Amino acid sequence: MLDAAQIEVLQLSLKVAGTAVVFSLPLALIVAWFLARSRWRGKMIVDAIVHLPLVLPPVVTGYLLLVLLGRRGLMGGWLYEHLGLSFAFHWTGAALAGGIMGFPLMVRPIRLSLEAIDERVEAAATTLGARPIMVWITVTLPLALPGIIAGLVLAFARALGEFGATITFASNIPGETRTLPLAIYTFIQVPGGEPQAAQLIVISIVVSLAALFFSELIARRVKRLQT
Amino acid sequence: MTKAVANKTISLDIRLRQGEFELDCQFAAQERVIGLFGPSGAGKSSLLRVIGGLVRPDSGRVEIAGRCVFDSELGIHVPAYRRRIGYVFQQARLFPHLNVRHNLTYGTWFRRHQSARASFDQIVEMLDIGALLKRRIGGLSGGEQQRIAIGRALLSDPALLLLDEPLASLDAGRKEEVLPYLERLSAESELPIIFVSHQIDELLRLANRHVAAIRDGRIVFSGPTAEFLARPELLAGQAGQDAGALLCARLVEHEPAYGLSVLACGGQRLYVPRLADQTSGDQVYVHVHARDVILAREAPSQTSALNHLVGAVVSVCPAANGYAVDVVLDIEGQRLDARITRRSTAMLDPRPGETMHAVIKSLALAEQAWQRLGGL
Repeated sequence: MLDAAQIEVLQLSLKVAGTAVVFSLPLALIVAWFLARSRWRGKMIVDAIVHLPLVLPPVVTGYLLLVLLGRRGLMGGWLYEHLGLSFAFHWTGAALAGGIMGFPLMVRPIRLSLEAIDERVEAAATTLGARPIMVWITVTLPLALPGIIAGLVLAFARALGEFGATITFASNIPGETRTLPLAIYTFIQVPGGEPQAAQLIVISIVVSLAALFFSELIARRVKRLQT
Repeated sequence: MTKAVANKTISLDIRLRQGEFELDCQFAAQERVIGLFGPSGAGKSSLLRVIGGLVRPDSGRVEIAGRCVFDSELGIHVPAYRRRIGYVFQQARLFPHLNVRHNLTYGTWFRRHQSARASFDQIVEMLDIGALLKRRIGGLSGGEQQRIAIGRALLSDPALLLLDEPLASLDAGRKEEVLPYLERLSAESELPIIFVSHQIDELLRLANRHVAAIRDGRIVFSGPTAEFLARPELLAGQAGQDAGALLCARLVEHEPAYGLSVLACGGQRLYVPRLADQTSGDQVYVHVHARDVILAREAPSQTSALNHLVGAVVSVCPAANGYAVDVVLDIEGQRLDARITRRSTAMLDPRPGETMHAVIKSLALAEQAWQRLGGL
């Protein structure tokens, strides 16, 4: 049904999007926690920075990443020399671009679910002997789970569909950074490539719907457990 | 007696500023059960949060059972999770993602040593929640939730139990789902308890030895319950539904045929629903809500109300709500408050010095009389 090239594109896309959400989740939890609970006035600035990828043209984000993290970029050279990390024109770059573009979409539902938690219930847990980290693990995190799942799915879908920042920062290299949307774009550019593009489009739709369905399933189960 | 005498149950001297409100409290008590009484907004809950470690005072010192948990000069501040304090709040604050059993055992997950005073089974039985263990929190009544919150606090093996108006968010029927269990806890366990309430009748049913009264962020009284009861001005100023007075009386006899007990208040008689375990001659306090008192110029001849107390009007002044008037009577040297409408006042025109009959239904005095005032 699918040829080897299509399977490669699909696998690469899932790897890129999966890596993007796995690595952004811890940071998203911390940022969402900070935005939900901090009383510091300057948190508006943090909020704006987090939302920036949502309003900036993706190409701009991609270009800024290139300036910052390209091999000759402000930080890219240092990262490569000392940590062996390379992003530009590499699949990790596609994951980074996808992760950054999906970040605001991940933070928002987590923040909302954290804000909905009754802090007095956390205080009750404290009086029962739970130190702050244990309160987090046994009360806060389970109660925020629906928001975390929603954030994961939204960010995953966003990373899967990421185009502008990816093509600018990581380029369109077959087998390395050519994810589903880039492959579709490439086929459409080639005369007679429409049938293959159409197949990839169907794959895109199926993967996205599956992610939505799966998250809905988990969210329902969590909700049933919590009431 | 027990070692509670060697160490004070609680000893504190703290100052805390929260916006406009200032808490400045000093008191110590060595009785096992302590009642903390005060009107809404007096600082009861704030003081409890300080004791529980949820709020850090600006300065001062707090000792629980001889153990210093806060001292601003020595830089000591034991965090709440190390204070071993069982805290029951106004709302149950249960964990919605856990079932009843796991809510109850939550505190045991963090206990380092297994020195529980009472076992899981004992506490479940005492609170009568065995049938609920597998249930989720969502479907439980307020009274059930509050009982589980009490059980949860007890199972964390606390050194001190703080009860912050655990009945305040419950309606009258639900209160009776919880109050008897608190009474058992207060009477039978060995656990030190601080019980907070703005309702004097509730408070006295549980804290019958030591009462501290707080007003505007300051402790205005701390001492034996008997002394507290002898100072009616501490009760004055209670708001709305709670306004009332305490009458001190002596049990004359029981009338088993009618399920009543007869009290003598000076030379006058008072019928109350049967006081189960008192005998003739026992001293009894009866809390009479001002709203339950009817005033009459003459002794009503044909009425179902059993209690007619005769006394002189001391003062008449309008209540804050605009439609009621508070009339204070002197009954055999004791204060009795009556709250009547302005319309009734216009009809009756009570004036200081005049003699009035206070008519009170015996049923209004159910749950309002106690004998268990230890040490009186």
